[in-house]
Amino acid sequence: MADYLPHTEDEVASMLAFLGMSSFEDLFAHIPSAVRLAGGFDLPPGMSEPDVAAQFARYTGANDATLAKLSCFAGGGAYDHEVPPVVRALGGRSEFVTAYTPYQPEVAQGVLQAIYEFQTLVARLSGLPIPNASLYDAATGLVEALNMAGGATRRSKMVISAGVHPHWRAVAATFAKGTGHELVIAPLRDGVTDWNAVDTKGAAAIVAAYPNYLGVMEDLSIAKALAVREEALFVVGADPVAAGVLKTAGQWGADVFIGEGQPFGTALSFGGPYLGLFACTEQQVRRLPGRIVGETLDAEGRRAFVTTLRAREQDIRREKATSNICSNQTLMAVTAAIQLGWLGTQGLREVATRCAQGAHYLYDELLNVSGVEAVSSRPFFREFAIALPTNASETILAMADEGVLGGLAVSALTGGEDPSLEVDAERVMLVTVTERRTLEEIDHYVNVMRKVVHS
Amino acid sequence: MTFAGGRAASAPLMGRESEPTLFELSVPGRKAYQFRTTGVANTSLRDLIPAEHLSDEVVDVAEVSERDLVAHFTRLSHRQFSVDLGMYPLGSCTMKYNPKFCDAVAGDPGLNGVHPGTPAVLCQGWLALLTALEERLCAITGMSAATLQPAAGAAGELTGLLLMRAYHESRGDVRTRVLIPDSAHGTNPASVTLGGYEVTTIPSNDRGLVDLAALKSALGPDVAGIMLTNPNTVGLFEEEITEIAAAVHDVGGLLYYDGANLNAIVGVVRPGDMGFDIVHMNLHKTFATPHGGGGPGAGPVAVAARLAPFLPGPKPARVDGRYDWVTPEHSIGRVHGWHGNALVLARALAYIDVHGGDGLTRVAQHAVLNANWLRHRLRDLLPAAYDRVNMHECTLSATKLKAAYGVRGLDVAKALLEEGFHAPTVYFPLIVDEALMFEPTETESLQTLEALAEALERIVERAQVDPEALRHAPKTTPVSRVDEALAARRLRPTADAR
Repeated sequence: MADYLPHTEDEVASMLAFLGMSSFEDLFAHIPSAVRLAGGFDLPPGMSEPDVAAQFARYTGANDATLAKLSCFAGGGAYDHEVPPVVRALGGRSEFVTAYTPYQPEVAQGVLQAIYEFQTLVARLSGLPIPNASLYDAATGLVEALNMAGGATRRSKMVISAGVHPHWRAVAATFAKGTGHELVIAPLRDGVTDWNAVDTKGAAAIVAAYPNYLGVMEDLSIAKALAVREEALFVVGADPVAAGVLKTAGQWGADVFIGEGQPFGTALSFGGPYLGLFACTEQQVRRLPGRIVGETLDAEGRRAFVTTLRAREQDIRREKATSNICSNQTLMAVTAAIQLGWLGTQGLREVATRCAQGAHYLYDELLNVSGVEAVSSRPFFREFAIALPTNASETILAMADEGVLGGLAVSALTGGEDPSLEVDAERVMLVTVTERRTLEEIDHYVNVMRKVVHS
Repeated sequence: MTFAGGRAASAPLMGRESEPTLFELSVPGRKAYQFRTTGVANTSLRDLIPAEHLSDEVVDVAEVSERDLVAHFTRLSHRQFSVDLGMYPLGSCTMKYNPKFCDAVAGDPGLNGVHPGTPAVLCQGWLALLTALEERLCAITGMSAATLQPAAGAAGELTGLLLMRAYHESRGDVRTRVLIPDSAHGTNPASVTLGGYEVTTIPSNDRGLVDLAALKSALGPDVAGIMLTNPNTVGLFEEEITEIAAAVHDVGGLLYYDGANLNAIVGVVRPGDMGFDIVHMNLHKTFATPHGGGGPGAGPVAVAARLAPFLPGPKPARVDGRYDWVTPEHSIGRVHGWHGNALVLARALAYIDVHGGDGLTRVAQHAVLNANWLRHRLRDLLPAAYDRVNMHECTLSATKLKAAYGVRGLDVAKALLEEGFHAPTVYFPLIVDEALMFEPTETESLQTLEALAEALERIVERAQVDPEALRHAPKTTPVSRVDEALAARRLRPTADAR
């Protein structure tokens, strides 16, 4: 018997009496008895917080792959970056955590200004002027980008590089069943998109990833030219950390940028809540999904912030809205603004650089392990795919026994064969190195790999 | 005098000047970051990355000290109303107290330090946790199986509609329309469009409920289903729900339960027992996970047995004595990049397990008690649109105030901010004129409810004496009313837009 209810028994009695009632039952008397729950829930009885904590200790204890137990080389859109105590403390402030959507701007300037700062950073990282206030994650961001392209072109053919993360593609395929979009997946050859392998004629969107999910940086000018030729929207899913040093989506000519914002202050969290980043050109502003915060003035002429261009949104436009999104990932957006403020201009470049340095060192060392082969000859950034002489899933389990989460089995991401690979997916492993991995950990990784593939 | 714990009027806001932006605080060369010493060689990026990929421009972030960073975001937090600060009776949003315990659970490195791509055998604890939550949610809703992937209520709605579509298509049954009452949340019609269906709007009757005759005349073999919120958005229970369910099922349609108002009925009625086939829950409402200033939420979808084979996958399940990921036979596919908003799911399970079945029933009882007490307490001041027993929220109307003094519902809401309360939901549902929808939730005390009522009494008094002043409220908040037209006309979504 535990809860967070304030009323004493006397207060309950007096409140019921005020209503002319004598029991809680009177409050529910108008509900037809045929549908009433008889006999209570089939749920365990309530427990005190310490008792529930003990139950949760059994869950946490059964997770063998925590950061405390294994050094993490797994990425694939979820990265183990430094999240310092200052970011956790500020992002955990209960004024941000326990607020609702900023519908009353007079008492929501804190969240509104933080979102405005977040939007500014997204615009700079994407090289596109119109960001939104966040989406659920990058995968659903892709869905919104496709919907925007469908609205902008009145066409339904979406040409997507197989270098786009397999889960993002899977989510797009799910929602295409409702929108009727036709998804055409352009395969990878040697790690880069072979756009010629598919018919792009009449495309509404050309979607590329930068770097792609295998870590490879593709020359996006080819995809951009295709988009121009087909008068399609050019959608670029980019790693926002890489944007600290690589060309931005905007510099490559993107009409829409989507990205996964988890690297900015959000823990691995078993995949959520994460942060969908979204930005577009001014031409598409009326089709922007979700909320956007704008600067304005209050009645006394002071700077103030407010959600704006509201006529696009579901609560006003209903069935004609640009998206159905209401709740988004604001707290993660606020946290990203804090984390980026902590990193600053130089720190962002340094994270990106350190990731690239560690990844390239590990890659070179791994290719010296006999039987380990490159999947692509193309340049990569902070993540790479390698083909093992062994089954990648089994290799990852064996490496875990030696204290290393070695990476992601690509077959687990793709669910089997996939147009992104020319080799057997079962043997391919995706490996990343973040700024948190030491030389000692990386060298240990190489030794473990050598031992595992040759045992 | 008894003081109300939920009134924020004593909050010490330090002056009313604008807070500079992060960018205005920036000084080139200042830094806050520190990284681990790794020993990895500091190779030049130009030796690793081909020049054509490197940007010539430096992405300007902001350069502040850690001390300035802390001061900036702390000051911003002081310009923000929150549940922790005071009562937040925002109708339809269930802004109840968010237990700190549940946050602590989610902050455990044994949960948040797990990569989502970890092989199942290495994250058995997470899979056990998610499986336990699925079981609890099915017990609460009277359903057979659930997906935990949808990241919020609207994502749950669209998932539910795609399940509806997959179910009908599997039977070779082509249907084109989904029915929605005119009182529904805007996400419902928006989701229906994205699900590839057309919306047919069903009017409400003079009791604020679905007009059964109108519903029946709108039904036909082309109807895929109906989306209902029960209690509805006015806060009233759809008393003819069994008749509605029978009529929709008779034409082969499915019933979708929008769980926005589930807080009113946990332990009292289960959607499954009312005849619903698909149910989404807003864990950030009913199960007290914090709203985060607009998100994250979590919108699991539970379904009747006949729809279980279509659920999104992979989903956690117990197989041969251990947990694994399993994809249902006719799965519609993934609806989230990974497994859903996992840490939100963990918080909700902790909340459910603290309460247990009996505790959750008390939650609904007290939520409904508070909303009815408030409606009755305010009956002479701001009469309810439908003056009878309501559920967890009451929809009042400022129509009389407007007629008498020219003071609108919005003015009342803004004046409440000065009184140290968050505003109710205004102008929703659309079927009520000058709607003020109050949802006090079960965690507000009698003293707080009374303080809210007295604040509204003072506001109505002010409306009689000086209505003009009310039209300019609030004046004691960090900013006064903002120019929304200017924001839209001269769009400045970033510090670089000029």
